[in-house]
Amino acid sequence: MSIDKPIFRFAVFLGCLLLASPWLPQWAMFMITIAGANGMVVLGLMLFLRAGLVSFGQALYFCVGAYATGLMTQMFKFTDIFVLLISAGVMSGVLAYILGFLLAKYRAIFFGLLSLAFSMILYGLLAKTEALGSTDGFNIPAITILGWLPPQPLVRVTILAVTFAVMLLCLTFVNGLLRSPRGLLLTAIRDNEIRAEYMGASAQRTIHLIYVIAGVLAGLGGALAAVTVGHIDPAMAFWTTSGEFIFITILGGIGSVLAPFLGSMVFGVIHTVAFANSPNTWQMMIGLALIAVILLLPDGLWSLVSRMKKARA
Amino acid sequence: MSSIILNAKGLNKSFGAVTAASDIHVAVEQGACIGLIGTNGAGKTTFVNMITGYLKPDSGVIEFDGRDITDLIPRQITQLGISRSFQIPQLYNTMTALENLEMSYGVISLIAHHGSLFTRTDAIVPGYGKTIRALAEESLEKFGLSAYRDKVTRVLPGGVRKLLDIAMAMAVRPKILLLDEPTSGVSAEEKFDIMDMVMNVVRSGGTTVMFVEHDMEIVARHADRVLAFYDGSIIADGPPQQALKDPRVLKYIVGESQAASVVGEAH
Repeated sequence: MSIDKPIFRFAVFLGCLLLASPWLPQWAMFMITIAGANGMVVLGLMLFLRAGLVSFGQALYFCVGAYATGLMTQMFKFTDIFVLLISAGVMSGVLAYILGFLLAKYRAIFFGLLSLAFSMILYGLLAKTEALGSTDGFNIPAITILGWLPPQPLVRVTILAVTFAVMLLCLTFVNGLLRSPRGLLLTAIRDNEIRAEYMGASAQRTIHLIYVIAGVLAGLGGALAAVTVGHIDPAMAFWTTSGEFIFITILGGIGSVLAPFLGSMVFGVIHTVAFANSPNTWQMMIGLALIAVILLLPDGLWSLVSRMKKARA
Repeated sequence: MSSIILNAKGLNKSFGAVTAASDIHVAVEQGACIGLIGTNGAGKTTFVNMITGYLKPDSGVIEFDGRDITDLIPRQITQLGISRSFQIPQLYNTMTALENLEMSYGVISLIAHHGSLFTRTDAIVPGYGKTIRALAEESLEKFGLSAYRDKVTRVLPGGVRKLLDIAMAMAVRPKILLLDEPTSGVSAEEKFDIMDMVMNVVRSGGTTVMFVEHDMEIVARHADRVLAFYDGSIIADGPPQQALKDPRVLKYIVGESQAASVVGEAH
């Protein structure tokens, strides 16, 4: 694993954003943090798409991460963000490992629908569980960092900084993975699974592996979203949430590990602007944006960056 | 006497009422080059598919290097040292020729590193002494494919795709290589050159080869032993001079009119 130039530049950009945070309005910091949390989930979906798979149920792990965070604060009174993040990652990773034995056997629409089914089962369970607030969910208390409770004006920027750190770690890891033979194997599996198997590679094991990685990424995203919003509810597992993640994946493209974050940032802007201007029909604006991307930029927003790079070369 | 590397004992395989393999017994000597002939549906590809683990025989045992591999899956069989090429080349169509080969060596490196996530693409492949890139380039050169290095395989001509498919099968340095109709879909002018090149590269490493082939001239030229399949059974097994003259082979496979010219070519 090595930090390559684009990731380094992205890290510098995030650092500048943090430095500029005193001048950023609270809503902008909120939007960027949520974009980072969504980007984590989409980073996992990008791995799937590289292998030719689409999950219609990645919100399952997003929600598990959020509820793991919530349960740690409720049951064990933990508020340290690192403990919460680790718990979320472990819980979602363990669940993905178990479900992965089944899902890694399926491809195409069967993989997509099976993942959707599991996310809807979780939604149903949570919605019926009164102890966890049913459809209302419950609130997450203020977080601490290694025993330090950030004062109210610094909460947003603290969570933003943690989000950036988690994002960069995950980006570097996924980037290294995609450049390793295991990562290249994803495209090989998408192109010709038979050949990959006859070369001695296990497609199933590879898909199981990325399923767990994507699960952990989504769980971390869920935990970050939970502490940012300060509230969780079963809608985090609902199919529309998974749909949003797929939307962001298409919006960003799969050309780079940075694409999911570009996609989720632009999605955040579209969402915020659309909601502010037409609170009753904002979904229509999102729909129109999706149509525009599919028609004009079928390889996502990242294709613009790729084109610019090519033109410069 | 050479040692037996592959031993198929009493293989049977049926698909409903159709018998694709009936009591097949074949012992393959190390270093042999065996031509598998027969009409379509005679059971050649079924035999290849059983050896490579794609099909499980209804009964019978396949031993490789003294080990029972009957119940192993293709991946495990490849890792033991049996690889194959396909009648229709199985390539990664969105990748370039170089990337296809890099992928093959990448898998080898990954297996050598026990599937580690941190296997690097620029590291030396254990047991090969070179990087993935260097091995892929070397393989392209050996098979005369350097000119197609950066071409996406989807657009490559049939003969080139065949060669690339075989180059990928050879990447694992197999002890046995099975070639399923290496010259089908290749123009008549190209196929002798292609087969000469393949056999040169493959045989220089002492790999045992079994190839399915319809062109009897190619069989006579390259095989040192011929297995003739008919209706799921082996009707002749011997050196080409002898097997291609067998009355049943002449009747069912070669055709009487072609016999003289073909056998004349035999070495």
